[in-house]
Amino acid sequence: MEELIQKLKEEIIEVLNLEEMEPGEIDPDAPLFGEGLGLDSIDALELIVLLEKNYGIKIEDPKDGRKIFFSLRTMAEYITEHQK
Amino acid sequence: MALIIRKYCAIRDARISVDGKAVFSYEGQDGFKKFIRAAYKHYQTDYPKFFKMDNLSKLGFFSVEVLLKGEDILKLHPAEKTGIILTNASSSLEIDEKHFESIKDRGHYFPSPSNFVYTLPNIMAGEAAIRHKIKGENTVLISEHFDPELVFCLVELAFKSKLLSSCICGWVEQYENNYESLLFLVEKDKNNSAEDIIFEPSNLTNIYKLEQKDGRINTKA
Repeated sequence: MEELIQKLKEEIIEVLNLEEMEPGEIDPDAPLFGEGLGLDSIDALELIVLLEKNYGIKIEDPKDGRKIFFSLRTMAEYITEHQK
Repeated sequence: MALIIRKYCAIRDARISVDGKAVFSYEGQDGFKKFIRAAYKHYQTDYPKFFKMDNLSKLGFFSVEVLLKGEDILKLHPAEKTGIILTNASSSLEIDEKHFESIKDRGHYFPSPSNFVYTLPNIMAGEAAIRHKIKGENTVLISEHFDPELVFCLVELAFKSKLLSSCICGWVEQYENNYESLLFLVEKDKNNSAEDIIFEPSNLTNIYKLEQKDGRINTKA
C-alpha cells in the first residue's frame, strides 16, 4: 500500500502540474479537494483519466468519485480493490 | 481623441524589459519553461493556477503581470471599460498538438482535461482578465507576424465605440522554445504631455524595432 501511495504522489504531481510540491509534502490522509491540496474540478477529471490510463480502472458512477478521491490513501485502497 | 501608450513591456530570449529598460534576465539556456518559472519567482507572483496553464497562457498571463506591476488600473478605469486585445501567430498550436497526441489512437484514447481546457488562444486573455478582475472587451486574433496596423485599428475602434477607456494590447507569441511578447497599456490622453508616446502604428513599429535592436524581440515579418 505504501509503495502504491508513493507512486500515486509522483503521478499526481506530474499530471496535475503541482510543480512546487515534493512527494514527501503530500499527506496521504489529507483531503485532496477543498483544503489539503486544493484541487479543482478539472483536476478531478484528470484523476479519473489517471485511474483509467495507468490502472485500467473506469469509474462508472461519478458519485463514487467523492469517496474514492477523498485522499491519496482512499485512492490507493480503491485501486488495490479494483485493479484486475 | 488621442490615445497614449502609458507603459509597455517586452519578453523574449529569457529577458524582460519595461519601457525599454531591462528589468529581469535569466542566465540559463534551458528553454521557456525554466525561464518563465524563474521570472514568476523573481516577481514573487502568488497564483498557483499559473502552473496549470499551458505555455502560451503562462507567457500572456505573465506579460500582463509585468505590465500591470505597480499599477492599480481599476482605480483609474471601470473593470467593464478595461480590455485585453492580443494577437499572435501560432494560436494555441503547441497544446493543440499535445491534445491531438492524446486522442489520435482510438485504442489508447486518453484526452487530458487540463490540456483540453487550453486549446483556445482566448484562454490566455481570459486568465489575465480573471487575475486582474478586468471585464471589458477580451479578444485574441491570429496574424502571421506582429502587425501594428491591426493592433491599432482594433484598439482604436474599441475606444471610438466607447467600449473601453483603457486597454492592454499587443503581441504574445509562443511555440515550443520560441516566444516573444510586446504589450502596451493604452489610455486616452488626459494630460497632453509632450512626453506621452502617442498610440499610433508608427510608434508601435518603432518600439518593436527598438526592442529588436536591443535583442529583446526578433524579426518575424
